[in-house]
Amino acid sequence: MSFYGWLWRVLPGPVPVKALLAVILVLAVVAVLFTWVFPAIAPYMPFNDTTVGE
Amino acid sequence: MRAVRGLVGLLGEVLITLGAVLLLFVGWQLWWTDVVSDADAARVVASMEANPDKDIVSPDDAVPGDAFAVVRIPRFGADFARPLYEGTTYSILQRGIGHYSGTAMPGEVGNVAMAGHRTTYGKPFNQIATLQVGDVVLVETRKRYFVYRVTGSQVVDPTQVSVVLPVPDQPDAKPTEKLLTMTSCHPEFSARQRYVVHARLDASYSRQAGIPASVLEVNG
Repeated sequence: MSFYGWLWRVLPGPVPVKALLAVILVLAVVAVLFTWVFPAIAPYMPFNDTTVGE
Repeated sequence: MRAVRGLVGLLGEVLITLGAVLLLFVGWQLWWTDVVSDADAARVVASMEANPDKDIVSPDDAVPGDAFAVVRIPRFGADFARPLYEGTTYSILQRGIGHYSGTAMPGEVGNVAMAGHRTTYGKPFNQIATLQVGDVVLVETRKRYFVYRVTGSQVVDPTQVSVVLPVPDQPDAKPTEKLLTMTSCHPEFSARQRYVVHARLDASYSRQAGIPASVLEVNG
Protein backbone atom coordinates (compact mmCIF):
# COMPACT_ATOMS: atom_id res chain seq x y z
CA MET A 1 0.00 0.00 0.00
CA SER A 2 1.45 3.30 -1.02
CA PHE A 3 -0.42 6.46 -1.96
CA TYR A 4 2.45 7.93 -3.93
CA GLY A 5 3.12 4.59 -5.63
CA TRP A 6 -0.55 4.41 -6.63
CA LEU A 7 -0.45 8.02 -7.84
CA TRP A 8 2.60 7.35 -9.99
CA ARG A 9 0.87 4.32 -11.57
CA VAL A 10 -2.35 6.18 -12.42
CA LEU A 11 -0.54 9.18 -13.97
CA PRO A 12 -0.75 8.66 -17.74
CA GLY A 13 1.98 8.73 -20.34
CA PRO A 14 5.74 8.00 -20.42
CA VAL A 15 8.00 8.88 -17.49
CA PRO A 16 8.73 12.54 -18.50
CA VAL A 17 5.00 13.23 -18.80
CA LYS A 18 4.30 11.52 -15.47
CA ALA A 19 7.02 13.63 -13.83
CA LEU A 20 5.64 16.84 -15.30
CA LEU A 21 2.12 15.99 -14.15
CA ALA A 22 3.44 15.16 -10.67
CA VAL A 23 5.17 18.56 -10.44
CA ILE A 24 1.97 20.32 -11.55
CA LEU A 25 -0.02 18.42 -8.91
CA VAL A 26 2.47 19.41 -6.18
CA LEU A 27 2.33 23.07 -7.25
CA ALA A 28 -1.47 22.96 -7.21
CA VAL A 29 -1.46 21.58 -3.65
CA VAL A 30 1.03 24.29 -2.57
CA ALA A 31 -1.17 26.97 -4.18
CA VAL A 32 -4.24 25.72 -2.30
CA LEU A 33 -2.29 25.68 0.97
CA PHE A 34 -0.84 29.20 0.43
CA THR A 35 -4.11 30.74 -0.71
CA TRP A 36 -6.69 29.21 1.59
CA VAL A 37 -5.42 26.75 4.19
CA PHE A 38 -2.50 28.66 5.75
CA PRO A 39 -4.31 32.04 5.94
CA ALA A 40 -7.13 30.25 7.78
CA ILE A 41 -4.75 28.67 10.31
CA ALA A 42 -2.46 31.68 10.88
CA PRO A 43 -4.77 33.66 13.24
CA TYR A 44 -4.38 30.83 15.77
CA MET A 45 -0.59 31.16 15.81
CA PRO A 46 0.68 32.88 18.97
CA PHE A 47 3.29 35.15 17.39
CA ASN A 48 0.75 37.12 15.37
CA ASP A 49 -0.73 39.10 18.29
CA THR A 50 0.53 42.65 18.50
CA THR A 51 -2.20 44.61 20.26
CA VAL A 52 -2.95 45.09 23.91
CA GLY A 53 -6.42 43.99 24.89
CA GLU A 54 -8.49 41.86 27.22
CA MET B 1 2.31 -9.66 7.87
CA ARG B 2 2.30 -8.11 4.45
CA ALA B 3 -0.81 -6.07 5.36
CA VAL B 4 0.90 -4.73 8.47
CA ARG B 5 3.97 -3.74 6.49
CA GLY B 6 1.77 -2.00 3.95
CA LEU B 7 -0.04 -0.02 6.64
CA VAL B 8 3.24 1.05 8.22
CA GLY B 9 4.42 2.23 4.81
CA LEU B 10 1.26 4.23 4.30
CA LEU B 11 1.58 5.75 7.78
CA GLY B 12 5.13 6.73 6.89
CA GLU B 13 3.92 8.50 3.76
CA VAL B 14 1.29 10.39 5.75
CA LEU B 15 3.86 11.51 8.34
CA ILE B 16 6.36 12.61 5.71
CA THR B 17 3.61 14.56 3.95
CA LEU B 18 2.54 16.27 7.18
CA GLY B 19 6.15 17.18 7.88
CA ALA B 20 6.49 18.73 4.45
CA VAL B 21 3.25 20.69 4.94
CA LEU B 22 4.51 22.00 8.31
CA LEU B 23 7.76 23.17 6.70
CA LEU B 24 5.73 24.81 3.95
CA PHE B 25 3.64 26.60 6.58
CA VAL B 26 6.77 27.99 8.23
CA GLY B 27 8.01 29.20 4.85
CA TRP B 28 4.65 30.75 4.06
CA GLN B 29 4.38 32.49 7.42
CA LEU B 30 7.95 33.79 7.69
CA TRP B 31 8.60 34.62 4.06
CA TRP B 32 5.55 34.70 1.82
CA THR B 33 3.39 36.88 4.10
CA ASP B 34 6.22 39.45 4.08
CA VAL B 35 6.40 39.36 0.27
CA VAL B 36 2.64 39.90 -0.09
CA SER B 37 2.31 42.54 2.64
CA ASP B 38 5.41 44.52 1.60
CA ALA B 39 4.19 44.71 -1.99
CA ASP B 40 0.71 45.80 -0.88
CA ALA B 41 2.08 48.42 1.56
CA ALA B 42 4.48 49.83 -1.05
CA ARG B 43 1.66 50.16 -3.57
CA VAL B 44 -0.65 51.87 -1.07
CA VAL B 45 2.06 54.27 0.17
CA ALA B 46 3.02 55.18 -3.41
CA SER B 47 -0.56 56.10 -4.29
CA MET B 48 -0.98 58.03 -1.01
CA GLU B 49 2.18 60.04 -1.68
CA ALA B 50 1.26 60.65 -5.31
CA ASN B 51 -2.32 61.79 -4.64
CA PRO B 52 -2.66 62.82 -1.00
CA ASP B 53 -5.90 64.66 -1.55
CA LYS B 54 -7.51 61.68 -3.23
CA ASP B 55 -5.86 58.62 -1.68
CA ILE B 56 -5.37 59.71 1.93
CA VAL B 57 -8.59 59.65 3.92
CA SER B 58 -8.97 62.61 6.27
CA PRO B 59 -8.51 61.39 9.89
CA ASP B 60 -11.95 62.77 10.76
CA ASP B 61 -13.61 60.58 8.12
CA ALA B 62 -11.59 57.39 8.64
CA VAL B 63 -13.62 54.24 9.21
CA PRO B 64 -12.01 50.84 9.97
CA GLY B 65 -9.88 49.76 7.02
CA ASP B 66 -9.21 53.28 5.71
CA ALA B 67 -5.57 54.36 5.23
CA PHE B 68 -5.39 57.86 6.73
CA ALA B 69 -1.64 58.43 7.18
CA VAL B 70 1.83 57.27 6.17
CA VAL B 71 4.19 56.43 9.04
CA ARG B 72 7.92 56.94 8.55
CA ILE B 73 10.52 55.95 11.14
CA PRO B 74 14.05 56.95 10.02
CA ARG B 75 15.64 54.57 12.56
CA PHE B 76 14.07 51.66 10.65
CA GLY B 77 15.64 52.86 7.39
CA ALA B 78 15.50 55.90 5.14
CA ASP B 79 12.88 54.26 2.92
CA PHE B 80 10.73 52.86 5.73
CA ALA B 81 7.14 53.96 5.06
CA ARG B 82 3.95 52.10 5.93
CA PRO B 83 0.28 52.98 5.64
CA LEU B 84 -1.55 53.68 8.90
CA TYR B 85 -5.00 52.11 8.82
CA GLU B 86 -7.95 52.80 11.09
CA GLY B 87 -8.58 49.74 13.29
CA THR B 88 -6.45 46.90 14.63
CA THR B 89 -8.24 43.75 13.42
CA TYR B 90 -6.25 40.80 12.14
CA SER B 91 -6.93 41.56 8.48
CA ILE B 92 -6.04 45.27 8.87
CA LEU B 93 -2.72 44.49 10.56
CA GLN B 94 -1.80 42.23 7.63
CA ARG B 95 -1.66 45.36 5.46
CA GLY B 96 0.31 47.79 7.59
CA ILE B 97 0.14 49.62 10.90
CA GLY B 98 -3.22 49.77 12.70
CA HIS B 99 -4.66 52.68 14.70
CA TYR B 100 -6.55 51.69 17.84
CA SER B 101 -10.07 52.94 17.19
CA GLY B 102 -11.19 55.57 19.65
CA THR B 103 -7.71 56.79 20.50
CA ALA B 104 -6.52 60.27 19.51
CA MET B 105 -5.83 61.17 15.88
CA PRO B 106 -2.41 62.58 14.85
CA GLY B 107 -1.83 66.04 16.30
CA GLU B 108 -4.65 65.80 18.85
CA VAL B 109 -4.31 66.04 22.61
CA GLY B 110 -4.30 62.48 23.98
CA ASN B 111 -2.58 59.32 22.80
CA VAL B 112 -2.35 58.18 19.17
CA ALA B 113 -2.14 54.40 19.70
CA MET B 114 -0.85 52.15 16.92
CA ALA B 115 -0.12 48.42 16.60
CA GLY B 116 2.12 46.63 14.11
CA HIS B 117 3.56 43.19 13.51
CA ARG B 118 7.00 42.42 14.96
CA THR B 119 7.33 39.37 12.69
CA THR B 120 5.42 38.22 9.59
CA TYR B 121 3.04 40.22 7.35
CA GLY B 122 5.67 42.80 6.38
CA LYS B 123 6.74 43.14 10.07
CA PRO B 124 6.54 46.97 10.20
CA PHE B 125 7.63 47.06 13.86
CA ASN B 126 10.34 44.40 13.58
CA GLN B 127 12.99 46.92 14.73
CA ILE B 128 10.85 48.48 17.48
CA ALA B 129 13.37 47.52 20.19
CA THR B 130 16.10 49.57 18.46
CA LEU B 131 14.23 52.87 18.95
CA GLN B 132 16.05 55.31 21.21
CA VAL B 133 14.83 58.35 23.12
CA GLY B 134 14.61 61.28 20.70
CA ASP B 135 14.08 59.11 17.59
CA VAL B 136 11.53 60.47 15.11
CA VAL B 137 8.19 58.88 14.31
CA LEU B 138 6.80 60.86 11.39
CA VAL B 139 3.05 60.68 10.73
CA GLU B 140 1.97 62.15 7.40
CA THR B 141 -1.74 62.89 7.10
CA ARG B 142 -3.58 64.43 4.19
CA LYS B 143 -2.83 68.01 5.26
CA ARG B 144 0.05 67.88 7.74
CA TYR B 145 3.27 66.18 8.84
CA PHE B 146 3.45 65.36 12.55
CA VAL B 147 6.89 64.77 14.07
CA TYR B 148 6.75 62.67 17.24
CA ARG B 149 9.88 61.90 19.23
CA VAL B 150 10.37 58.76 21.32
CA THR B 151 10.27 59.34 25.08
CA GLY B 152 10.65 55.78 26.34
CA SER B 153 9.69 52.14 26.10
CA GLN B 154 8.36 49.37 28.29
CA VAL B 155 7.54 45.67 28.15
CA VAL B 156 4.08 44.81 29.47
CA ASP B 157 1.61 41.93 29.64
CA PRO B 158 -0.75 41.56 26.67
CA THR B 159 -3.70 42.55 28.90
CA GLN B 160 -2.22 45.89 29.98
CA VAL B 161 -4.52 48.12 27.94
CA SER B 162 -3.59 51.12 30.09
CA VAL B 163 -0.57 51.81 27.86
CA VAL B 164 -2.88 53.15 25.15
CA LEU B 165 -4.93 55.40 27.47
CA PRO B 166 -4.98 59.16 26.71
CA VAL B 167 -2.45 59.50 29.54
CA PRO B 168 -0.64 56.13 29.51
CA ASP B 169 -1.03 54.09 32.71
CA GLN B 170 -3.11 56.83 34.43
CA PRO B 171 -6.82 55.97 33.92
CA ASP B 172 -8.19 59.05 35.69
CA ALA B 173 -5.75 61.69 34.45
CA LYS B 174 -6.98 64.44 32.14
CA PRO B 175 -4.85 64.47 28.96
CA THR B 176 -2.91 67.67 28.29
CA GLU B 177 -0.09 66.34 26.09
CA LYS B 178 -0.02 65.11 22.49
CA LEU B 179 1.34 61.60 22.75
CA LEU B 180 1.79 58.57 20.51
CA THR B 181 2.16 54.92 21.55
CA MET B 182 3.23 51.92 19.47
CA THR B 183 2.63 48.30 20.50
CA SER B 184 4.06 45.10 19.05
CA CYS B 185 4.64 41.56 20.26
CA HIS B 186 7.53 40.64 22.50
CA PRO B 187 9.75 38.67 22.52
CA GLU B 188 9.97 38.22 18.75
CA PHE B 189 7.98 35.20 17.51
CA SER B 190 6.02 35.15 20.76
CA ALA B 191 2.89 36.72 22.16
CA ARG B 192 3.89 36.39 25.80
CA GLN B 193 4.35 40.13 26.26
CA ARG B 194 4.05 43.41 24.36
CA TYR B 195 6.83 45.84 23.49
CA VAL B 196 5.53 49.38 23.94
CA VAL B 197 7.16 52.63 22.78
CA HIS B 198 5.87 56.05 23.82
CA ALA B 199 6.50 59.31 21.95
CA ARG B 200 5.49 62.97 22.22
CA LEU B 201 4.61 65.48 19.50
CA ASP B 202 7.62 67.68 18.82
CA ALA B 203 6.63 69.65 15.72
CA SER B 204 4.13 69.78 12.91
CA TYR B 205 4.41 71.12 9.35
CA SER B 206 1.94 71.69 6.54
CA ARG B 207 2.29 69.56 3.43
CA GLN B 208 3.15 72.65 1.37
CA ALA B 209 5.95 73.63 3.74
CA GLY B 210 7.46 70.12 3.74
CA ILE B 211 9.64 68.52 6.39
CA PRO B 212 13.10 69.88 7.28
CA ALA B 213 15.75 67.39 6.18
CA SER B 214 17.20 67.36 9.70
CA VAL B 215 14.04 65.65 10.97
CA LEU B 216 14.80 62.58 8.86
CA GLU B 217 18.40 62.21 10.08
CA VAL B 218 19.16 59.43 12.52
CA ASN B 219 21.34 60.32 15.49
CA GLY B 220 23.70 57.80 17.03
